[in-house]
Amino acid sequence: MGFLHDIGKYILMISSMFTRPENLSMYAKETMRQVYQIGIGSVLIIAIVSTFVGAVTAVQFSYQLLDIGLIPMWWMGIIVRDSLILEMAPTICALLLAGKVGSNIASELGSMRVTEQIDALEIMGVNTTAYLIGPKIMGGLIIVPFLIVMAVALGIIGGGVAGVLGDFFSIADYIRGLQDGHEAFYIVIMLIKCYVFAFIITSIACYQGFYVKGGALEIGNASTRAVVNSSIVIIIANFLIAFLLL
Amino acid sequence: MIEVRNIKKRFGTQEILMGISTQFQKGKCNLIIGSSGAGKTVFLKCLVGLFNPEDGDILYDNRPIGSMGVKEKKKLRNEMGMLFQGNALFDSLTVEQNVRFPLDMFSEMSMEEKTERVNFCLSRVNLENANDKYPGEISGGMMKRVGIARAIVMNPKYLFCDEPNSGLDPKTALVIDELIKEITIEYNITTVINTHDMNSVMGIGDKVTFLHQGYKHWEGSKEQVMEESENKELYEFIFASDFLKKLREAALQNK
Ligand SMILES: Nc1ncnc2c1ncn2[C@@H]1O[C@H](COP(=O)(O)OP(=O)(O)OP(=O)(O)O)[C@@H](O)[C@H]1O
Ligand SMILES: [Mg+2]
Repeated sequence: MGFLHDIGKYILMISSMFTRPENLSMYAKETMRQVYQIGIGSVLIIAIVSTFVGAVTAVQFSYQLLDIGLIPMWWMGIIVRDSLILEMAPTICALLLAGKVGSNIASELGSMRVTEQIDALEIMGVNTTAYLIGPKIMGGLIIVPFLIVMAVALGIIGGGVAGVLGDFFSIADYIRGLQDGHEAFYIVIMLIKCYVFAFIITSIACYQGFYVKGGALEIGNASTRAVVNSSIVIIIANFLIAFLLL
Repeated sequence: MIEVRNIKKRFGTQEILMGISTQFQKGKCNLIIGSSGAGKTVFLKCLVGLFNPEDGDILYDNRPIGSMGVKEKKKLRNEMGMLFQGNALFDSLTVEQNVRFPLDMFSEMSMEEKTERVNFCLSRVNLENANDKYPGEISGGMMKRVGIARAIVMNPKYLFCDEPNSGLDPKTALVIDELIKEITIEYNITTVINTHDMNSVMGIGDKVTFLHQGYKHWEGSKEQVMEESENKELYEFIFASDFLKKLREAALQNK
């Protein structure tokens, strides 16, 4: 029951956002602020994590596949590239962002709710869902794809460095693999994941933060819920996208 | 003028307001008094539409808020200013940006006009040289004043203040009260103020409404409040302090 109630309220929240903005430039400014906050706030952690994820992918696959001589060396480039594009970069980044950005958004909105800042906006005649939630979702949709593309690039570099340092393959082989047979469809899937995950992370966090009731303690609970719920939904959505599109 | 017709509000099984009717006149400071937890804040939030009362209606110059569409409500909101009990300043914005926010959002003014208006409002509340500070960096009294400046920046027709001088020293409290009164008269605003401060009642209470256990228990002017002795609950509320009790006795003896 509680679950259905939440879904209904969530859908109402999303649909109440679609009104004419009171002042377009204020909304644009707020969106840019969100792009900056989400982007700058997450770029470092995503860079570090994706580099190592790429490295571990290269090392792990090399160890398991090259040793037994099942595949030619230059295939490692393809394997690292495609697994980063299809699965590793979008999913791992999305989970990281759910933790970082999701908790941030939920606690920001939660404290605005608790300290009546949202009520103050309401009294002024501002459409609070549109002004507070719209720019956050929009900002996420704008910047998350960039972060994930960056993650793919750094993952590929990390994979190459680790493979070469570990003497699993030569740099020439790796690059040959990277250049082999681009599958444009994989990029499309990656982008679909980017947008879906960005929407999930920001909208669930907004929902949890926006409807906080009670005091400061509730803000912490809300941001925990934001992270847990959006992580679960991301994993399910990830499966559905793979299941339906691949 | 704001007319309140028999509003009722409950949370779960807890009934907070059990049918309150009253009127608030233009150009007057209308005070709502009552002990802590009496439902003043809930009443004020029903008044401005942040809470939906289960029953009753509120008329803003004969426009019932209950049957308003989104557009009309938005228009009405643009005519309202509110000071919250906890100030509710936007803590990611500076003092100046806080006060300018409604203008940024709703007015067509140029940047210079806006800055001029903001500075005028800030000087109106005697708050200069704090424009670039953040709410976290100023004192409680200054925050109240920023809250008032933000509430009046759009030239509201209706002003709501929830305990404008709680937590302030007596002198600053007096300044804030005087300020609200001046603004109310100067711009002919319908002002509604929640308070449990007797100094405010005596200073600016053009009309005083006493809430007790969910009902309007008493209503009258500040002069009538002092003479009231029939209404036991009101008497106990007002003369809770020994100081005021003695003052009253002295006044009665002199008569
Ligand atoms: N959002 C809410 N949900 C449930 N109960 C509430 C809510 N807001 C207020 N109440 C209850 O309503 C009652 C009246 O609260 P209110 O805040 O209006 O008191 P008040 O008169 O403003 O007191 P104070 O002078 O301390 O500010 C309290 O018992 C409070 O517990
Ligand atoms: Mg209160």
